[in-house]
Amino acid sequence: MFYREAGDFKTSYRADSQTFPIRLDRMGYIAALVVAYAVVPFFIDDYWANAVFVPFLIYAIAAIGLNILVGFAGQVSLGTGGFMAVGAYAVYKLMTGFPEVPFFFHVILAGGVTAFVGVLFGLPSLRIKGFYLAVATLAAQFFLVWLFNKVPWFYNYSASGQITAPDRTMFGIYITGAQTSAVAKYLFCLVILTLVALMARNLTRGTVGRKWMAIRDMDIAAEIIGVNPLSAKVTAFAVSSFFIGIAGALLFSVYLGAAEVGESFGINKSFLVLFMVIIGGLGSIFGSFAGAAFLVLLPVFLKNVLVGALGWPTDVAAHLELMIVGALIVIFLIVEPHGLAQLWRIAKEKLRLWPFPH
Amino acid sequence: MKKSFAALAAAALATTAAPAFADLTVPNLSYRTGSYAANGIPYADGFADYFTLLNERDGGIGGEMVAVPECETAYNTEKGVECYESTKGMDALAYNPLSTGITYQLIPKVTADNHVLYTPGYGRTSAANGSVFEWVFNYPANYWDGASVAVKYLLNENGGDLAGKKIALVYHNSAYGKEPIRTLEELAKKHGFELKLLPVDPPGQEQKSQWLQIRRDKPDYVLMWGWGVMNQVAIQEAVNIRFPMENFIGVWWSGSENDVGPAGDKAMGYKSISFHGVGDDFPIYADLKEYVFDPGKAAGAGDNLGNVLYSRGMYAAMIISEAIRTAQEIAGHASVTPTEVRDGFENLNLTQERLTELGLPGFAQEIQASCADHGGPGSAMILQWDSSTKKWSAVSDWIESDAEILDPLIAEDSAAFAAESGITPRCN
Repeated sequence: MFYREAGDFKTSYRADSQTFPIRLDRMGYIAALVVAYAVVPFFIDDYWANAVFVPFLIYAIAAIGLNILVGFAGQVSLGTGGFMAVGAYAVYKLMTGFPEVPFFFHVILAGGVTAFVGVLFGLPSLRIKGFYLAVATLAAQFFLVWLFNKVPWFYNYSASGQITAPDRTMFGIYITGAQTSAVAKYLFCLVILTLVALMARNLTRGTVGRKWMAIRDMDIAAEIIGVNPLSAKVTAFAVSSFFIGIAGALLFSVYLGAAEVGESFGINKSFLVLFMVIIGGLGSIFGSFAGAAFLVLLPVFLKNVLVGALGWPTDVAAHLELMIVGALIVIFLIVEPHGLAQLWRIAKEKLRLWPFPH
Repeated sequence: MKKSFAALAAAALATTAAPAFADLTVPNLSYRTGSYAANGIPYADGFADYFTLLNERDGGIGGEMVAVPECETAYNTEKGVECYESTKGMDALAYNPLSTGITYQLIPKVTADNHVLYTPGYGRTSAANGSVFEWVFNYPANYWDGASVAVKYLLNENGGDLAGKKIALVYHNSAYGKEPIRTLEELAKKHGFELKLLPVDPPGQEQKSQWLQIRRDKPDYVLMWGWGVMNQVAIQEAVNIRFPMENFIGVWWSGSENDVGPAGDKAMGYKSISFHGVGDDFPIYADLKEYVFDPGKAAGAGDNLGNVLYSRGMYAAMIISEAIRTAQEIAGHASVTPTEVRDGFENLNLTQERLTELGLPGFAQEIQASCADHGGPGSAMILQWDSSTKKWSAVSDWIESDAEILDPLIAEDSAAFAAESGITPRCN
């Protein structure tokens, strides 16, 4: 009744193939943008920014990046943590090496460096597939972490091997460092996430995205109809690593402020982002948001309820939290293997017919 | 769906934030889960129990009750940030996260938000220079002191000469484990011993190759900077290759009952450094038993009484409470603010008489802090494990660290930090 397309006429191809062809969807999208840009910044405080919003935005970027590789191009990767580390160390070297360049460009450049590294590690995907490729990217994960631990140049020879983000401003407002306000952190990540999501959406529905999906669905058939596997796979690795690198750069510089490669970008991070993509829904931009929201917000929410509201001991709560999140992942995968995005799609289908399903 | 999450979380937060305001708040950023839980639990218990004792016996500090809200970090930096953000609004007086990684993240944050960060025996070593690190305190001793004390002890053992000896450092491959390397390299130059570095990737369950290397190279001594499960594995591996235990010295974080326990009788003679006394024969334990344990108010399972890490948690709590007391004296009122507590830390004067009053005679060294000196005396002693009596006992007196080597290193590292973050040194 409320959610339908009847009466929503399109008079051009452009209008017909837009991202949100149904008016209600479009309004929902605009409303979400308005809330994110014009409402949240007035209410956000340090806790909400640092515990909820900033990690959610950053992990959403990483999940979009990984989703392009795994969900759209069908190349399994376990190297996300390593690629995020490349982004983080690249932005650190750029920030300390060229302090006069605006920080925004450092983040983009860090993405570029990661894209280059991603392509290097993506080259084996031309010869190996599936589980074997997963193992090759796993090697990238361990190699990159080892490299950043081993070579002191990457952490500017600091005694502890930690990298610490120096203070950087844009238009006179702190973006990194301890003096950054919650609003600045939030808005900076939000702008980048918006750009990344728009770019990802437009790439995936254009020629490039169709090539990726053709390779994913059946690579030999794709090759026969004229898709070049080299360019398709390499671009998938490049774009995916670009986004993941940006996420790593933001995670280190804006969110954490200081990082240590083994702890912040270990194998756990690779699995976390992969879970986000799988739970959210492979091959869906919305799924990346949903998956990131699920895995970032749920633990914080559970902790606040169990320790804060119920007053349970912290260790019991922490163990329960692991059990609940783990159980929910299993339940989700059994009930809806295509993830939260598919649930959302089904809900929309049902809504279109509601209240007269027959 | 997201909306309802947010609403529920907001409701949950609203209920948490309410109670703690009237009291003095000292958050306990602890870890009772994860690969470091075995070491995190006794420390957190000791920390909480000491404040419970003050509340139950004396009615808090200077008449103000102390609230110790606990927050689980699992030794994870992201959770550490979350814990810091969720507690800083309660006017937290001091933070003690027991993690070098989290400390590095909190140093800029506490400096901007004006909270005290107290990191006894861990964290960033150069924070000992108070003229640069205004809000960070790490007395009585830091990693570089630990490295220097270990080498001095070995010098004594060898009649003042270590030339030509081989010393291996087995370390947790993280900010924590890397801290002593710079000092040990300088000391190797000064005393002419050969230093071998053997990193162990965290969490450290797998150390076969490192100990194989030790078996092949046959170093005269092995030093260890380990934490959590890494300690137990290393001691077990040392037993397996029959490395003489009395030549194996762990830093203070690698010398608890939990670490030597799994190796059983074979761990006999293992040594570790310590900056405080251990054991439950101090007079304070009578009070702890009367006010905390017997009424069932002990934190956790209450089974860690008197062990090394319990004592260390208690040590941290004792210093924080003494700093708060000093702050109350300076400020002239009992409900002190974080800024006043910082002054308390900076003017802390801990004497042996005071320790005796507290029921901890000879438990620790005297501390006289000042504007520039946030690092304390820097001396420590060597303990040795006796697996037949299951007790640690001191085998050396307090050993002073080598200031000649350490002071220039601290000055250099803190100057680098000051330049990086645009701090003008104070205290002149």
